[in-house]
Amino acid sequence: MKKTKTSQFFSNNSQLLIPLIAILLLIVFNLIRDPEFFSVGITTNNRGDAVLQGNLVSILNGASELVILSMGMTLVTAASGGQDISVGALAAIAGSVFVKVLKGGPAITGTSVFLAFLACCVVAMIFGCFNGSLVAFFNIQPMIATLILFTCGRSIAYWINGGATPTITSPIISAIGSFIPGIPVPTPILIVIVMGILFALLFRFTSLGLYIQSVGINQGAARLNGINAVGIKLLSFILLGACCAVAGMIGVSRLGLINHETILINIEMDAILAVAIGGNNLGGGKFKMLGSVLGAYAIQALTITLYAMKVPSTDVKAYKAVVIIILVALGSPVVKDTMSRFSKKIKSRSGTVGKEAA
Amino acid sequence: MQEDTVLTMRGICKSFPGVRALANVDFTLRRGTIHALMGENGAGKSTLIKVLTGVYPMDEGEIRIDGIDGTINIRSPQEAQNYGISTVYQEITLCPNLTVAENMFIGRTQKKSVDWKTMEKRAGELLENLGIPARPKQQLGSCSLAVQQMVAIARAVDTDCKVLILDEPTSSLDDNEVSMLFGLMRELKTRGVGIIFVTHFLEQVYEVSDYITVLRNGELVGEFTVKDLPQVQLVATMIGRDLDSLSSMKKGKASALPTDSSVYEAEGLSSTESRPFDFHIAKGEVNGFTGLLGSGRSESVRAIFGADPVTGGKVKMNGKNVKISKPLDAMKHGIGYLPEDRKRDGIIADLSVRENIILALQVIKGMTHPFSRAKAEAIADEYIRTLAIKTASSDTPIKSLSGGNQQKVILARWLLTHPQYLILDEPTRGIDVGTKTEIQKLVLQLAEEGMSITFISSEIEEMLRTCSRLIVMRDRNIVGELKDEELTQERVMHTIAGGGE
Repeated sequence: MKKTKTSQFFSNNSQLLIPLIAILLLIVFNLIRDPEFFSVGITTNNRGDAVLQGNLVSILNGASELVILSMGMTLVTAASGGQDISVGALAAIAGSVFVKVLKGGPAITGTSVFLAFLACCVVAMIFGCFNGSLVAFFNIQPMIATLILFTCGRSIAYWINGGATPTITSPIISAIGSFIPGIPVPTPILIVIVMGILFALLFRFTSLGLYIQSVGINQGAARLNGINAVGIKLLSFILLGACCAVAGMIGVSRLGLINHETILINIEMDAILAVAIGGNNLGGGKFKMLGSVLGAYAIQALTITLYAMKVPSTDVKAYKAVVIIILVALGSPVVKDTMSRFSKKIKSRSGTVGKEAA
Repeated sequence: MQEDTVLTMRGICKSFPGVRALANVDFTLRRGTIHALMGENGAGKSTLIKVLTGVYPMDEGEIRIDGIDGTINIRSPQEAQNYGISTVYQEITLCPNLTVAENMFIGRTQKKSVDWKTMEKRAGELLENLGIPARPKQQLGSCSLAVQQMVAIARAVDTDCKVLILDEPTSSLDDNEVSMLFGLMRELKTRGVGIIFVTHFLEQVYEVSDYITVLRNGELVGEFTVKDLPQVQLVATMIGRDLDSLSSMKKGKASALPTDSSVYEAEGLSSTESRPFDFHIAKGEVNGFTGLLGSGRSESVRAIFGADPVTGGKVKMNGKNVKISKPLDAMKHGIGYLPEDRKRDGIIADLSVRENIILALQVIKGMTHPFSRAKAEAIADEYIRTLAIKTASSDTPIKSLSGGNQQKVILARWLLTHPQYLILDEPTRGIDVGTKTEIQKLVLQLAEEGMSITFISSEIEEMLRTCSRLIVMRDRNIVGELKDEELTQERVMHTIAGGGE
């Protein structure tokens, strides 16, 4: 009985295997290359606080925006069967709004930062709603619908701050972007944990997951069961908008300035990739958000590894591409089928051997 | 090998891990005959077909085919094709965006270049010869489903075909189209093709077949000529026991007029797909919409449930005016709807049996009140037990269940919502005889417990057995209403055909 439960657990979570193997391989590879690679040390930063430091910390920290965006991207993918390619641009808009609100006030206080975050959240959710309406009401393919904001988003971000790249310096902002005094863990990691808990609570205390999967698998049948398919798609885009706002705020806070041209550039592709590596079907339907999160960490681990190997930054993308081809091929249905047939063969063979022995 | 046999299969065995799918099955096909292969779901029909077409290798047995000495070994569908064994499946596997001629010859030309002219000419000849009403240059997608099916058959027989396998070819065709298809089958018969006909429709077997082979639980029950096996006997042979006398089933009472006790009452209800109609159903009543496919019977019940946008009409439930404009409204008022097309509108294929069962009730409860995992499992297990759904566990994706069991899951979904009024549109289509009987019995039992049920079926027999009142439709209008002693097959046919006034 216990055995069947474990095997069921594995078959239910088999899609997590690929990102886990990827992360494991990267860890082993790095340990062989440099046994000290994952050593975590404590140093004192320029404000005199003791903080954690090391490659492991920078992987977890650096992946934060990507992880948050891939959470939202998972929902949009599952509900609409397509991807939002405007998340980088939308994060730039959100970041610009965040800075604009802070610059407009007299001084940066906890309250003003909170208000600025609320403002950028609302703006990003409105844009998410715009993307969502194109997809849900007008039945436009998500990639085409979001191409609009992908193209013009960074221009909108440019207008918000009148073309300038204003800086904001405040201990509160640097607390968001790097460390809260007294806590040695980088704040973006903590924000990711909070987002993870929020989504976990959302799925625990609502049946949103069931609704999204139903709409993604069979919209017509979902509708005949009383599910508002249009509303669910819209909601998934709005939630992704909120994720963009959080990612934008982290991006701005890291540097203390908004550069609409470079902030979170090209991150949309990595976010889609994280969803794919996480074993989620890009055609929509069933999803596992944890898969996307692990996928995002795998991508970041790969990037950091390549930088640590002193690969020139211009070449990093090419190396990444090779690894990604392998990961995506491993997760493809063709390979999965072959593997399951292979494992069945081994099982049946060991079964007959067992019988003979008996 | 005898003179007139074209295919013999002897002692065919095939096992899957844990299941004996075929045990020592014999099958003989004679030249120029139509041979029905019958059995409940899981009896081994599809396995036998798949062995014959090289999809599965057989474990034991031998296959001989006319014109080749000794036994043959079929290792792939391509090899089956080369031996002259062609298959046309239920779902049309052609390309709707290509022309008829292209579909008939695609993938069959050996040469690098294609001679379109000759191809179209040959296609035209073949279509005319077989009496298929299609032009070679016509886009396939613009033909009716039946014609598409016939084009697929024409393609199959053009490749020097000795054995033609038709797997559920009629399940998405209406009566007219079915008789067109049967015409083609008879034409092929005279040309000496042996046809293996797999279907769920018993009447159709008796219309065209010469022989019947019955399988049960992977074993051969026997081969019969159609004359020697009356329909009742066939059913009994298939399920392996005498049918519980269905005629002894008790029917509920018919209510002729809308009264205050009507559970549901509609006046001039119309949707984007249906013309205005009046309808009512009393507590504990089983009634049905009948009529030819496309007569508007499904559209009418869809209007009741709000499945298509409702455009007008007054609706009362238990005497009170209510507004039902979308499925959720209907569900909240205690109406359930099992749709006609299970695959397209019913199941959420990738989700588990458990999730499929709780879906409707979950939606009624609302998004913010999810079932706990334990509660959902308890519910699913209960319904799997009471409806005898055959599934490995409640965690199994519904798509891996057989058609009949998928239908039971959808039924469980609506029973779980404890509706006052349940609409079942073709609940027995494409499922095996045993499950059909179970569903009919369940309908009557539920009615006895006070549920009102509207039942639609293409098989009039089935409706006569269950319904106490039939509403007859023709050309999207209600043309008659039959009850009590009027409920005979002839009377229904007569009304459908236009004698209702």
